[in-house]
Amino acid sequence: MDLVVSLARQFKDSLRDLAPVVLVMAFFQLVVIRQPLPESLALLDLALGLVFVVVGLTLFIKGLELGLFPLGENLARAFVKKGSVAWLLLFAFALGFGSTVAEPALIAIAARAAEVVAQGGLIADTGSSQNSFAFALRMVVAVSVGTAVVLGVVRIFKGWPLHLIIIAGYVLVLLLTLIAPAEMIGIAYDSGGVTTSTITVPLVTALGVGLASSIKGRSPMLDGFGLIALASVMPIIFVLLFGIIGIHLIPGVTP
Amino acid sequence: MTLLVTFWGTLLDILPIAAIIFGFQYLVIRKPVKRLPQVLAGFFMVWVGLSFFLVGLEQALFPMGELMASQLTRSEFLPSIAEDAQRHWSDYYWVYIFAFAIGASTTIAEPSLIAVSLKAGEISGGTINPLMLRIAVALGMAFGITLGTWRIVMGWPLQWFVLAAYLLVIVQTLRSPRAIIPLAFDSGGVTTSTITVPIIAALGLGLASAIPGRSPVLDGFGMIALACLFPIITVMGYAQIAQWRVKRRSNEPLN
Repeated sequence: MDLVVSLARQFKDSLRDLAPVVLVMAFFQLVVIRQPLPESLALLDLALGLVFVVVGLTLFIKGLELGLFPLGENLARAFVKKGSVAWLLLFAFALGFGSTVAEPALIAIAARAAEVVAQGGLIADTGSSQNSFAFALRMVVAVSVGTAVVLGVVRIFKGWPLHLIIIAGYVLVLLLTLIAPAEMIGIAYDSGGVTTSTITVPLVTALGVGLASSIKGRSPMLDGFGLIALASVMPIIFVLLFGIIGIHLIPGVTP
Repeated sequence: MTLLVTFWGTLLDILPIAAIIFGFQYLVIRKPVKRLPQVLAGFFMVWVGLSFFLVGLEQALFPMGELMASQLTRSEFLPSIAEDAQRHWSDYYWVYIFAFAIGASTTIAEPSLIAVSLKAGEISGGTINPLMLRIAVALGMAFGITLGTWRIVMGWPLQWFVLAAYLLVIVQTLRSPRAIIPLAFDSGGVTTSTITVPIIAALGLGLASAIPGRSPVLDGFGMIALACLFPIITVMGYAQIAQWRVKRRSNEPLN
């Protein structure tokens, strides 16, 4: 019974998330554009798709709250208490990596990026090379988030100032941009925003806050957040590097 | 059929994080999982929810974003110009208005942003007004995507805009009240939710393929990156203004 009530509440939240998008688009369709929908887009299909989005998001978020989040937070606390730095770092990497692989926005964007890059001629225009590009891109982003979380944990231990790391990251991003293939730059910059979404943020924040509150002289408010900031710069660096070297290493992808 | 394929694909997406969480739990921490049936039900819901969400995304959100982009840039819709005259960027004013409306409306009502801004108001002891903070984030997001659409229309390289935004962020980080910095960086992540990312990406790709002289691969990506950067700037800007006003008030002589 509790589950039904909380599902209903989450359903309302998902609807509220989607409502502004639908309202703004409906307003533009009815008032500004005033054209019939093209034949390839049936209104019924669109409506059904939107129902899928709301139902899917509701189940997804409620499922995270029931399963992954409590378990992940417990583990984060257990590893902080365990006191073994090596295990903590390994766990930090795995957490960043695993949560990014399942991130819905990244799945969607990687597939789109593969299509576009294939049309642009950077990779071969076949279904299989698009699939391997999308997969490789997601793995690169996932490894970068894992690395960012490890760096963030080390930073909390050592007390390094965050803004210096971020600035160094920014400089590295701009330097790599100079030599990266132009087709990869937009994708790389966008991948930084895509990772900080539904799954990664709560799990990684739980780790950071747990760690910062267990070490003397660290404030959860000031040090807990650094992980997210790093997790949005590191993917840019890794995807640029992937564009420079990595892309040629996947067999059969480059034309 | 697509639903079945998606179900299989998402199973592989969720497997790593499930393996990591359960692996660490049973092999390293070696404690039984509390409320295991509930946790398993949660993982099952994540799987089903993610599949439905991705199908809905392909069926509704992506096509809607692309449709808006192509309709708003159709030559019958734009102001008429002489036979072979170059279009001025201001002809695309409906595109900018649409981008701004989507950015502001999806952000201002975002539940996680409301929660964060209320907390920030409490911590600051009244210097930060939660509603003003939400407006600052929404304006930053809306400005970020509007600038992103304008960049696509102009065809200027993304890195110029990112470089300018980075410089602003760095200068502001050095001058802002320390307590606002985590919040500012977090707000960049809050704006890019699972629903807004695909819409923005579809809009950018649609614009880049519809506007003459632009290519999706070179110009289509980058809006998400800008949508993440500008809230950081506006939130720190708001904090600086708020701090300045408090200081000015306390410096006023008592009458």
